[in-house]
Amino acid sequence: MTSLAITVVGHDRPGIIAQAAEVLSHCGMNLEDSSMTLLRGHFAMTLICAGAADSAEVEAALEPLVNGSLDVTVREVPEEPDLPPLGSSYLVTVHGADRLGIVARLAGVIAEAGGNITDLSTRLSGALYVLVAEVDLPRSADVVALQARLTEVSADLGVDTTMRLLENDQL
Amino acid sequence: MEVIRAPSQILSVSASLVDPAHPAVVQLCADLIATMRVSPGCVGLAAPQVGVAAQAFCVDVSAHPKARTSHGLIVLLNAEIVEASRNEKGREGCMSVPDLTGDVKRATKISVAGQLPLNGERVLITTNAFEARALQHEIDHCKGMLFLDRVIGAHALYARKIYLEPNVTEDS
Repeated sequence: MTSLAITVVGHDRPGIIAQAAEVLSHCGMNLEDSSMTLLRGHFAMTLICAGAADSAEVEAALEPLVNGSLDVTVREVPEEPDLPPLGSSYLVTVHGADRLGIVARLAGVIAEAGGNITDLSTRLSGALYVLVAEVDLPRSADVVALQARLTEVSADLGVDTTMRLLENDQL
Repeated sequence: MEVIRAPSQILSVSASLVDPAHPAVVQLCADLIATMRVSPGCVGLAAPQVGVAAQAFCVDVSAHPKARTSHGLIVLLNAEIVEASRNEKGREGCMSVPDLTGDVKRATKISVAGQLPLNGERVLITTNAFEARALQHEIDHCKGMLFLDRVIGAHALYARKIYLEPNVTEDS
């Protein structure tokens, strides 16, 4: 039983997911978690599947999908244990004039504080750059210090950053 | 007046209190209303959006299908939220962020205190639903905040799908 991580990136067209899923099903690979979106018009998908086939077999089966306009990677991955969160979840939102280094520097600040980004979305809209990240912060983290550091680096970058405690599901 | 688009420093500034009787403030209110009226789909406009760091805005949700309580044209100075409850998620857009929309949680039951232009009469507006959302959105502008700062998750920001065409009317 193998677990495969597969990525498909490239020119968007109707039918990519249908084709890919058909191939995986044919190989006896069960599609587990996946994420797909359009990034600046490009098709981008990552998925985890499990079954009896190995990466070479699946890669060969996916070859027709490539069609000269898609990049496909297939990699065997070990099963990851379900880890509990480090601590509390925060949402960091950033917006401002686009420039080099926004994600690098702010993600660096978060990593220095021991925070783990668990979900990230960034978007360039004209001259406006927007970043939204869910951050898992360990209980030992100094939240006030992190907020101050984010403010400091954001000022230097010329962007506006807010950090808020994420509400838990209240059903 | 020209509506300023993000990114812009003026949209992040915390606006100052204003003197309701000052002629420039009264003129600003008239300009805000006029600009709102010629902008398709616009239900509110705050002074920072036209480059003025003043606590002034106008709101009119009367034509909006999602509005329940509506006070028609609201023009408010030095406004603050005095009561807020019943948070709900809703999708928002903004003239200063023309190509994006986002899911934001706002109170659906609020009371807002502020002053009217000219005589500075103090008013208390109690409202709900869409009008409440619009008022909170404009008050945020006066605090230097955009809906982007309140988006609820990493997948709650979207490319705008609907753009409205400006109405061309015969009269001025």
